[in-house]
Amino acid sequence: MRHLLSTRELSRDEAVGILDVAEDMADVARRAVPKLPTLQGRTVANLFFEDSTRTRLSFEAAAKRLSADVITLSAKGSSVEKGEGLKDTAQTIAAMGVDAVVIRHGASGAARVLADGGWIDAAVVNAGDGTHEHPTQGLLDAYTMRKARHGEASRGKDLDGLAVTIVGDILHSRVARSNLWLLKTLGAEVTLVAPATLLPAGVGSWPAIVRHDLDDALAAKPDVVMMLRIQAERMHAAFFPNEREYAREWGLDDARFGRLDPDTMVMHPGPMIRGLEISAAAADSARSLVLDQVTNGVSIRMAVLYLVLSGGSA
Amino acid sequence: MTGSILITGATLPDGTPRDIAVRDGVFVDAEGLVGATVVDGAGLQALPGLVDLHTHLREPGFEQSETVLTGSRAAAAGGFTAVHAMANTSPVQDTAGVVEQVASLGEQHGYVTVRPVGAVTIGLAGERLSEIAAMARSRAAVRVFSDDGKCVHDALLMRRALEYVATFDGVVAQHAQEPRLTQGAQMNEGALASELGLAGWPAVAEEAIIARDVLLADAVGARLHICHVSTAGSVDVVRWAKARGIAVTAEVTPHHLLLTEDLAASYDSRYKVNPPLRRSEDVDALRAALADGTIDIVATDHAPHPVESKETAWAEASFGMVGLESALSVVQAAMVDTGLLDWNGVARVLSSAPAAIGRLSGYEAPFTAGAPAHLTLVDPAARRMFGVEHLHGRSANSPYLGAELPGRVVATFHGGVATVLDGVLRDPEEVARG
Repeated sequence: MRHLLSTRELSRDEAVGILDVAEDMADVARRAVPKLPTLQGRTVANLFFEDSTRTRLSFEAAAKRLSADVITLSAKGSSVEKGEGLKDTAQTIAAMGVDAVVIRHGASGAARVLADGGWIDAAVVNAGDGTHEHPTQGLLDAYTMRKARHGEASRGKDLDGLAVTIVGDILHSRVARSNLWLLKTLGAEVTLVAPATLLPAGVGSWPAIVRHDLDDALAAKPDVVMMLRIQAERMHAAFFPNEREYAREWGLDDARFGRLDPDTMVMHPGPMIRGLEISAAAADSARSLVLDQVTNGVSIRMAVLYLVLSGGSA
Repeated sequence: MTGSILITGATLPDGTPRDIAVRDGVFVDAEGLVGATVVDGAGLQALPGLVDLHTHLREPGFEQSETVLTGSRAAAAGGFTAVHAMANTSPVQDTAGVVEQVASLGEQHGYVTVRPVGAVTIGLAGERLSEIAAMARSRAAVRVFSDDGKCVHDALLMRRALEYVATFDGVVAQHAQEPRLTQGAQMNEGALASELGLAGWPAVAEEAIIARDVLLADAVGARLHICHVSTAGSVDVVRWAKARGIAVTAEVTPHHLLLTEDLAASYDSRYKVNPPLRRSEDVDALRAALADGTIDIVATDHAPHPVESKETAWAEASFGMVGLESALSVVQAAMVDTGLLDWNGVARVLSSAPAAIGRLSGYEAPFTAGAPAHLTLVDPAARRMFGVEHLHGRSANSPYLGAELPGRVVATFHGGVATVLDGVLRDPEEVARG
């Protein structure tokens, strides 16, 4: 694997392969010394043009567990804030001898431009680009679902027949996109639930069932309910009137949570806003996989860094 | 080369082969012409000098992108003899002083007639009318007024602009884009934009403004011109307005006749333009509308940008493409080679009709004795891999680099002065001498 730019372009076998390598990486984490010498002497640069503590820390942990050296650039207070562009920042970092660049950027396609621009030779891993994709999040979500369903027998399996319902701001969510493409590739059935204002134009041509009513969607007994974060600024742009109304219609509140089957997986990419899109009881319940997602994120990112840097195929 | 010129055996737009003679800057009878420089026109298509109603020359203020000289050279290389220079310069072309300066720079260089477009509102701010009378009565004799790049979105201001501009026989050229519906817009709204995570530019944002403005033009009895029509729905509105007798004219750009939104999938910002590239259904509707006269003209919207404003992530890149050098080839590919338009039609949509909209004289009766000798000679049989060597402006943001295009401009004459000869752009000193 040369780069990881999107889940859209992953085949089933590639995707399953990454998840399987992540299984191996997860085993490492359970050792007394959870560290591999695999990427010793290699350097990974985290270029975070957009702040994201969670994803940055996860990538850092992943690189360090593989013994890679890590340099991190956060936009705040850096040359980026002084007006330096993507090309110059990337070339500057690359000139320091970097083998892989993990990039988080507010502009959709930024990782692709970096990979195709001919500016640098390093492998490029997309850690979230605008409202386009967040492929490692999609992979860690798929990994989490597979693990919850198949446990120790996960290797080699896909998500055939799994019913996944994604609820919330689909329009602005790169997580929803990366999940949709990957879940379809892995054989899952995806339902998207949101008011029409938070669904993208042309969503009808996407490989998903689209619903507006959350109660109807939950009545269909999905295996997974994934709640997306709602950003406060959406209210001011007339996507919905206010938090109360949103929570009433599209929040996973206690009543809705209580109606779910006991083995329904509840997921959230974080950071959660309790009381808005998800109730505290739902977030803290045994059915919630939110912290598994975080743990698995490190394994997935170890797998991805290993694959792009070893040049191996999953 | 300003003496007499005899072009032998070229084909006129109506298909008749004829010798074309020029003396003292005007067309003359070929008989009795002595001592003329002879240009072999065999196999070449003669067209009246092309007129662009929508060019960004960037001077004053953005000379790193283009100047009047470099833009004039790009125009001549593309077969143009007149361009209308849009008002979004710095300072904005909203006073008599600025428009006169731009016009006189054009005159000095001599490659093309530079007709400045006046801003409708001061600083393109959409708040107060600029000094339209002063610009109309200046030496630049402005007749086209536009806030291009920005829409005159306030309905009352647009109504007043239509009325006031009509007072001077001018026309408001509207950049039809409802601003609130296109906040942050990056590409055509639809499934592809949603997949790519690029904010959508919905067709309705263009169509709603056109619908409003044709009704306003009707209500106040003024002329209206619509810049860069890009959607099938806009074509329907313009067709309806014309059937109703409303004095509306419309333009389409070469790129909207040839390219579609799919090109955005690469995130290559050379394909980022405003209005955005649309669906193939829109391209088909625009071609049909140009063929049947619903859309009156082709205008380039030549929009030069320096490398750094394109070499970046899509959302951070500037909107716009250069188009003067490739326009005729693209029109040939989209309209002529497809059988939708003959060369007479090309002469109409790229010369006589835009001149008429801009009230530019000298283009009413090309090739007839006494008319100014603005013409271009094209080899329609040529095919070329379009490259940076075919660009003559200061910027290289062309979407056609590396693509094969038909046709090649062999010679261009502006008022009898050769600006392109044997396919080569002539030097500024030679052209300026006349």
